[in-house]
Amino acid sequence: MDFLRPESWEEALAARAERPDALPIQGGTDVMVELNFDLRRPAALLDLGAVRELAGWETLPDGTVRVGAGVSYARLITGLGDRLPGLAQAARTVGSPQIRNRGTVGGNLGAASPAGDAHPPLLAAGAVYEVESAARGVRLVPAAEFYAGVKRNALGPDELIRAFRQAPAAGPQYFSKIGPRNAMVIAVCSFALALFPAERRVGTGLGSAAPTPRRAYEAEEFLAAEADWDADLDDAVAGRFAELVSAAASPIDDVRGTAEYRRHALGVLARRTLTWAWNDHRKGAGACA
Amino acid sequence: MTTTRAPGDVAAPGRGGVGDSALRPDGTLKVTGEFAYASDLWIDGTLFGATLRSPYARARIRAIDLGPALAVPGVEAVLTHEDVPGRRLYGLDHADQPVLAIGEVRHQGEPVALVAADHPETARRAMERIAIDWEVLEPITDARAVVADPDRLRVQERGGIVRHQPVRVGDVASARARAEVVVSGDFSVGIQDQAFLGPESGLAVPAEDGGVDLFVATQWLWGDLRQIAPCLGLPEDKVRMTLAGVGGAFGGREDLSMQIHAGMLALRTGRPVRIVYNRYESFFGHVHRHPAQMRYEYGATRDGRIVYATAEIVLDGGAYTSSTPNVVANAASLGLGPYEIPNLEIDAYGVYTNNPPCGAMRGFGAVQACFAYESMMDRLGAACGLGPVEIRRINAAGQGSKLATGQVIDSPAPLAEMLTRLEAMPLPPPPDRTDLRNLPGGVSQATHGEGVVRGVGYGVGLKNICFSEGFDDYSTARVRLEVAAGEPTVVVHTAAAEVGQGLVTLQAQIARTELGVDRVTVAPADDRIGDAGSSSASRQSYMTGGAVRAACAAVRDEVLALARTRLGAGDDLSLAGGKVVSASAGAVATIADVLGDRTVEHTREYHHRPTVPMDPVTGQGDTHVQLALCVHRAVVDVDVELGLVKVVELAAVQDVGKIMNRLSLEGQIHGGSAQGLGLALMEEIVVQDGLVRNPSFTDYLIPTILDTPPQRLEILERPDPRAPYGLRGAGEPPTLSSTPAIVAAVRAATGRPLNRVPIRPEDLCRRCS
Repeated sequence: MDFLRPESWEEALAARAERPDALPIQGGTDVMVELNFDLRRPAALLDLGAVRELAGWETLPDGTVRVGAGVSYARLITGLGDRLPGLAQAARTVGSPQIRNRGTVGGNLGAASPAGDAHPPLLAAGAVYEVESAARGVRLVPAAEFYAGVKRNALGPDELIRAFRQAPAAGPQYFSKIGPRNAMVIAVCSFALALFPAERRVGTGLGSAAPTPRRAYEAEEFLAAEADWDADLDDAVAGRFAELVSAAASPIDDVRGTAEYRRHALGVLARRTLTWAWNDHRKGAGACA
Repeated sequence: MTTTRAPGDVAAPGRGGVGDSALRPDGTLKVTGEFAYASDLWIDGTLFGATLRSPYARARIRAIDLGPALAVPGVEAVLTHEDVPGRRLYGLDHADQPVLAIGEVRHQGEPVALVAADHPETARRAMERIAIDWEVLEPITDARAVVADPDRLRVQERGGIVRHQPVRVGDVASARARAEVVVSGDFSVGIQDQAFLGPESGLAVPAEDGGVDLFVATQWLWGDLRQIAPCLGLPEDKVRMTLAGVGGAFGGREDLSMQIHAGMLALRTGRPVRIVYNRYESFFGHVHRHPAQMRYEYGATRDGRIVYATAEIVLDGGAYTSSTPNVVANAASLGLGPYEIPNLEIDAYGVYTNNPPCGAMRGFGAVQACFAYESMMDRLGAACGLGPVEIRRINAAGQGSKLATGQVIDSPAPLAEMLTRLEAMPLPPPPDRTDLRNLPGGVSQATHGEGVVRGVGYGVGLKNICFSEGFDDYSTARVRLEVAAGEPTVVVHTAAAEVGQGLVTLQAQIARTELGVDRVTVAPADDRIGDAGSSSASRQSYMTGGAVRAACAAVRDEVLALARTRLGAGDDLSLAGGKVVSASAGAVATIADVLGDRTVEHTREYHHRPTVPMDPVTGQGDTHVQLALCVHRAVVDVDVELGLVKVVELAAVQDVGKIMNRLSLEGQIHGGSAQGLGLALMEEIVVQDGLVRNPSFTDYLIPTILDTPPQRLEILERPDPRAPYGLRGAGEPPTLSSTPAIVAAVRAATGRPLNRVPIRPEDLCRRCS
């Protein structure tokens, strides 16, 4: 197995173009597990850990935060928790402290597992992924268009993930996940929610609930249409929202849980997170008045 | 040839004697990553061994073609059953397990062929090139069906049942007619794994005399040796065993794994061979806890006194015998727990199937039954309008009571008092909900407190200590006292396996106490000394502790005799603080002066009292050496909408006879309780059609520190007059009682029946199952 270790983004793109059979690796918390279990034997590893351009974040002129694909979950929690609270909550649930020191959102996007913890909050917040190839330059892919199938994404064979872009939270954001143990657990299912009170809409993201991470569009549309943003949350509205989130899932029975349980749990998480977010929103509104 | 990181003497630090919390000599090394485990052994010129295993639960092997594998450059040997030098079968009690599959496989992961190569990757490639023509057969996987039709559903030629052990006392039929309250239940226990962190590994080094030196992580050097030597076609003295660093055992190393395989490859190639399983292979490399299906019925008077009990316990042992007969005996003899029940019928079965092989695991047959009988006690209490503590106290056995086997408990067993003490312990406060880590789901943030209901439950466990049913599992210790650098120094040598439980520490404590000497070294465990028995059945403090004490006493007697001769001192001598001390005259000489350049060395065997097998028809007999009790109270918070559980506190009362080392003991109780918590809430090898679906720590979940609650302990010391220092084996009982206590607490919070462990989230919420 060849081991490629570019030190700049330009070199990384060149290596990617030259060796489409090379598997990109970031923190290795996913790839190394697959190698250890002999599930994958790539001809080469393309280690992006030394690429300086991926290691930081910046604020773009329009206020959007642009976060390099190599930023670890641990740094994301401490450095961006105020601006990207939903993603930071999700990051906090990833593995153990050691894993959070190594694992990155870039790696999560590359693996595109339906159980990846970063996907639901990125979907809910409407993040955009910045991918690039040496030949064709930069492409901006909205999160909702990125996931192509089980562990497949929209990345071309010559493309690498450079960064993700997300506006700082415009309202309350929550991430919730289900696991049968109280730490270090892969999601049985997960749900993220972002409120955009100024736009009077909600964003959602479902994890481990379908072949790909996905949004619950009908639930989002229902809430935008039916909720009274200047009043407390109506129980019936919350209940219907929860039902629509459940209905958006296409879960399976597997060793981690049943489809029926997943659908049920997603409804509970949807109702709870919406309630928390709505209460925050109302408190915030009250404070402004 | 240079050996690096081979097992060496362990100098036990500190000055602690019996009763002190002496620190373990391996503690710092393990925490800092410097401890040499079996997987760290290395000798120059070592080959890497690899094992080709069956992907099927049941299949015939029509043909094997080794040619392509042998052709891989760097491959030194490819072996099948035809290359086994001696006996082709081995086993703990009954040699029925093929060293390598002979024409058929009976479980997924059964070893079929071995490869030795100059690099692990070469070995892997060679294994891929071994071509096997399989005829896949329908696996036999339903243990209950095997009990019903053992002649047809045969994994082994001799029939489907390993052992059926009945127990019969009194007259159940007439008691049933008198009973005022009758409750019944069906219970099941999934397959728990030992989940030790150090995978199976070791090193085999061929010797010039045609023998082989084995450095392995095991629980029982002599038990291994007696199985390995015949298979390698060598006399026992040509197979030399040394214990390598053991990364946990919990029963999973009582059966052999890579030992014979590495020996075969080393003998064939004439080079050292190292085999190290990875985590995936480890799940197939050792036996697990037997899954159980159990059916119970109790009858009682209205005021809660049990008048009869029936129990049918079916344990699935997988394809080979392993320790199933003894697991069945425990399930049968301890199947109703520490309660006085005048009329009873128990039928415990162990069966062969094509499911994963099962054998020894902490609690050994008593764990499964404990979940059922404690669930029944709660059910009976509820039917009689009695609380969980009251119903148990009413029926509690004590010293003088008879077990189901008719054996009279002849040492302290203060169950009623333990329950009273447990109940009196303060309950924890409600959770601080501002910290997500205190809530079910933790930082996964499934709740901010919504749906969270608290529950409290109790559990009692009864475990036999030492091997039962007539087994003379003695231990042997050699103790040498000599003067080194002017200081008296003791070397303790046994074949007993330190598996993490703290035995090395304890051996040194005993030597210090018995010989009044600070400097104690524990020699590596090997087979240059006689058998110490297995590090299992909570028996090593008792048995090897007893042997070390006896050998120390012999050494002490000789030193004192020497002192009397040389100094003309009286009969009131003892050893303390490095001196010979007279009760009347104080210190009369230093041990160093008395010894001079003389070495005093003695070897002693220690045997426990004899026991007998269970009567094959009535199950009666004095089968157990010693019995130990632990009682648990669990407090849980359950998110009843999502079925997630946070164990808030585990409180326990355990009688250990004598606290030999409180620090180690509390660690054993904490760990045992956590292992029981795992069985209650998450640990299960999930099997479908004989195939394991979760052979990884990604999906086989064990408790993390956030799942493990604070544990309030009260440890009683009611000495057993027959045991060394009055001690009672302590490692297993907490593993029994914590499981039913937690399940009872979850039942109290949810109102769900919960007849199966581990509990799954979908079992708990009403709307999702």
